[in-house]
Amino acid sequence: MSLMTPEIRPSAIARVNPVAKLAVALLISCALMLSIDWVSAAVALALEAVLLAWCGLSARQFWLRTAPVWIAAPFAVLTTVLYGQDSGAVLFGAGFVSVTEGSVALALAIGLRILAIGIPGIVLLATTDPTDLGDGLAQVLRLPARFVLGALAGLRLVGMFIDDWHSLALARRARGVGDGGGLRSRARRFGGLAFALLVLSVRRGSKLATAMEARGFGSDIPRTWARESVFGLRDGLVVAIGAGIAATAITVAVLAGTWHFVLA
Amino acid sequence: MTGARVTASGWGWRHAGRSRPAVSGLDLDIRPGERVLVLGPSGAGKSTLMHALAGVLGDDEDGDETGELLVDGRRPSASRGRVGLVLQDPDSQVVLARVGDDVAFGCENLAVPRAEIWPRVGQALADVGLDLPLRHPTSALSGGQKQRLALAGVLAMRPGLVLLDEPTANLDPEGVVEVRDAVLRSVEASGATLIVIEHRVAVWQHVVDRVIVLDPAGGILADGPTDLVLSAEGERLAAAGVWIPRFPPAPPERKHPSGTSAAEALLRAEGLSVGRVPFARKRAVAVAGDLDLTLVSGTATAITGPNGTGKSTLALTLAGLLTPAGGHLAATDALAAGLGPAPHRWRSRDLLERIGTVFQDPEHQFLAGTVRNELAIGPRALGLGDAVSAERVDALLHRLRLDHLADANPFTLSGGEKRRLSVATVLATRPRLLVLDEPTFGQDSRTWAELVRLLAELLDDGTAVLAVTHDEQFVAALADARLTLAPGDAIGGVSTGSVSSAGASAGSVSPAGPRRRTGTEPS
Amino acid sequence: MHASINTLSSPTPPSSTSRKPRVLKWRVVDIVVASVIGVASGVIFWAWGLAWSPLSALLAFTPGLEGLLAGGWLFAGVLGGLIIRKPGAAVYTEVIAAVVSMLIGTQWGFSTLIWGVVEGLGAEIVLALFFYANWRLGVALLAGAGAGVAVGLLDTTFTSYAALDVGYKAVYFVSAVVSGTVLAGLLSWLAVRGLARTGALSRFAAGRESGPTDRALNQPAQ
Repeated sequence: MSLMTPEIRPSAIARVNPVAKLAVALLISCALMLSIDWVSAAVALALEAVLLAWCGLSARQFWLRTAPVWIAAPFAVLTTVLYGQDSGAVLFGAGFVSVTEGSVALALAIGLRILAIGIPGIVLLATTDPTDLGDGLAQVLRLPARFVLGALAGLRLVGMFIDDWHSLALARRARGVGDGGGLRSRARRFGGLAFALLVLSVRRGSKLATAMEARGFGSDIPRTWARESVFGLRDGLVVAIGAGIAATAITVAVLAGTWHFVLA
Repeated sequence: MTGARVTASGWGWRHAGRSRPAVSGLDLDIRPGERVLVLGPSGAGKSTLMHALAGVLGDDEDGDETGELLVDGRRPSASRGRVGLVLQDPDSQVVLARVGDDVAFGCENLAVPRAEIWPRVGQALADVGLDLPLRHPTSALSGGQKQRLALAGVLAMRPGLVLLDEPTANLDPEGVVEVRDAVLRSVEASGATLIVIEHRVAVWQHVVDRVIVLDPAGGILADGPTDLVLSAEGERLAAAGVWIPRFPPAPPERKHPSGTSAAEALLRAEGLSVGRVPFARKRAVAVAGDLDLTLVSGTATAITGPNGTGKSTLALTLAGLLTPAGGHLAATDALAAGLGPAPHRWRSRDLLERIGTVFQDPEHQFLAGTVRNELAIGPRALGLGDAVSAERVDALLHRLRLDHLADANPFTLSGGEKRRLSVATVLATRPRLLVLDEPTFGQDSRTWAELVRLLAELLDDGTAVLAVTHDEQFVAALADARLTLAPGDAIGGVSTGSVSSAGASAGSVSPAGPRRRTGTEPS
Repeated sequence: MHASINTLSSPTPPSSTSRKPRVLKWRVVDIVVASVIGVASGVIFWAWGLAWSPLSALLAFTPGLEGLLAGGWLFAGVLGGLIIRKPGAAVYTEVIAAVVSMLIGTQWGFSTLIWGVVEGLGAEIVLALFFYANWRLGVALLAGAGAGVAVGLLDTTFTSYAALDVGYKAVYFVSAVVSGTVLAGLLSWLAVRGLARTGALSRFAAGRESGPTDRALNQPAQ
């Protein structure tokens, strides 16, 4: 069930505190989101590519996990080329569509930005165990333990329902409604399946809540932690690297004159 | 750590939104260290009592309480950690993803210092006999292991009162024994008070010293030492659905044991191997192989074997829901009735009249908002028209005693009713072959008897039945042949199976030797 | 956690209109079920995100119409709010959903979390305006619209849609609000009603007011 609980190989990055990894993803995303220009995105992407060697994922895992990004980027580029804000010489025009130098440049920027934001986010979190993340959020960031653990329990429960999905689909085939029909009946089948899963998940959630309460969860006694989440020197270093990438990307873009602040 | 004392005086609870109280007028005194089995028909409020003792019934929002219920002289909600509760569903009690973390969860909540937590975890796991590394994923555990994990999580809290709410209902026989022994070991070591709800008396008979029978109308029906209560109330309890060893349910009458002379072969498997296709891969990984089996109308075949040998996968493949991983599986003309021989290639609608499948968890099959609509789905998919559909639906509602539930939502039915409904939905389209996955799992004796009687009637009508089951009584009562799967020789190897005659008419199961045969001959 | 002890021998007469003081503190079951809904929605968000690229290309004949797809990421908050009915439910559920979709992997990276917070707030503010007391269809639709407004503003300012002409931005904004109202508001409300009928919400107020008949609820606990 590789979707929710990644197979994490022991690697340097896997031992870094998840809060540090989260901070890096946050810094890079925020920095790159403040402007739409190809220089900042390209610089960040280049620096990230260098660090990929330490990402702790096998090649196959990497391409599988970052697939959403590689699919999304070309589509976004296409849309922006055709419909983006126009400036400069017109290369092609017909109705709504207008391809100009400006829109091409914008499209390139958008594409690079998607890659530069998406890849580190996915890679960093693909090597994070959800329980460790929960520990980090509750112990380092001091988020309320009840909510963090409740969320973790919910995550585990829903991870199970991916197996249920298969059973439910088989059951529908057995009931005579498993196939056939056009888009509408397919959509209705999908909706029915999704609803059934929702029902099963909510019922299991209620039962799990009872079990957790029976083990003392949810009271006002401050709890102790069996696993310690430490934010040490190595984690600070990782955050510094992330900050460095973000800062470098912004600086180079400003110096190159292409920085275009979004809110201006 | 000593056992806790439980006292109740005139205690009752009414769930919010319901008009009748679940429990009323209860008076109890359970001494520290006692081991009690709580029995009673459905609706007697046993679960409600357990939840109340654990302090998890809720507050004003969830219902109204009357009278007094005390653990060690204090209200249960004030003594969290003194009471441990293990529930029925193994999957809904696992909190965290790793074994060690899950067991430590209770200790963390009780603010046990970290230095003390891990020794307790180790001790608890040893007490329940779970010899697994602490980082072992909890999703990879079997049902019995998950229940023992839940028990370990409870024991790590060092409770004075251990509550078990039907802990073995959803387990196979092996798991049942594992859990029972684990409970016995740990309770003996700790001296905690034990209260168990279960409807299989044979499992707990020799573990408990006292039996309490609750009365659905309020109060207690019987209370005393095990043997006394069972002999006094045994018959009445058996009639209400409890599995009392001395009063087993009556086996069904078969008009034509082992099939009629008009029997015809419906499905043939030769050298069949079955398996599932893992995520993001193309080829199936076989779990069981080299199987030979012939299903004949009017006969019942049971598939038995330990966990993990691929019984469910085999049943689903024979039912045309999974693609065979190898070998040969063909439906005869009698079954295919004009379609090709491979069931997995048939359209979903075509399966309805040929092969019906009843899944292990009835809830996986529910599609509609009312029982009536649920039953009508099959006939409607066949295009039978409203009048014919309604007729069939009404007949089924009556036959399976679901009339009074016709407009209820399927999810709100009780366990036994859900099971009956899932069987009824399959019967609505009158398939020639019926495949059932663990049909008697967790059923009380009344539902069990009904189901067996129904299947016997179907067999007499000429339907073929294939059941995956752990239940030896079921096999003895119905099966004419059995296919036993045994694990492969190598680790991770493919299981193999051998067919033997089960001799239902003889009333006993006598598996033949490990010779493989190419088909079953109705004896 | 402190049930009232009635020392008189007669139990409180059952009545569905008994006025109990509303509890606004989250119970454990509130947290777990909200998390379950959030995580389940997060998986659907992720799948919707995958489908978004080709679907939006289909709608690209009129740029800005992709806003109609935005509702697919907004329903978690409204659904959570309608079931849990406590302050913060909409934000919590939406944030959990965003985090989960982000964890599995989307092209928007960490911005998914920020979007989730703001979208959740969009629904939360509407529910707060009604004092967390009104849960009818109209409020659900408005909450969905609120989330749609939030995402419309965010997208047209910070994402690639900021690069579109003003006309197209307006189309996007309006489509996002419509999508929020229908996909997030209407669908969520229908889902809650369906859930209540299955008895899955028996521990929530949402399950008790329009839930199964008393007879059905009286089935023995399973």
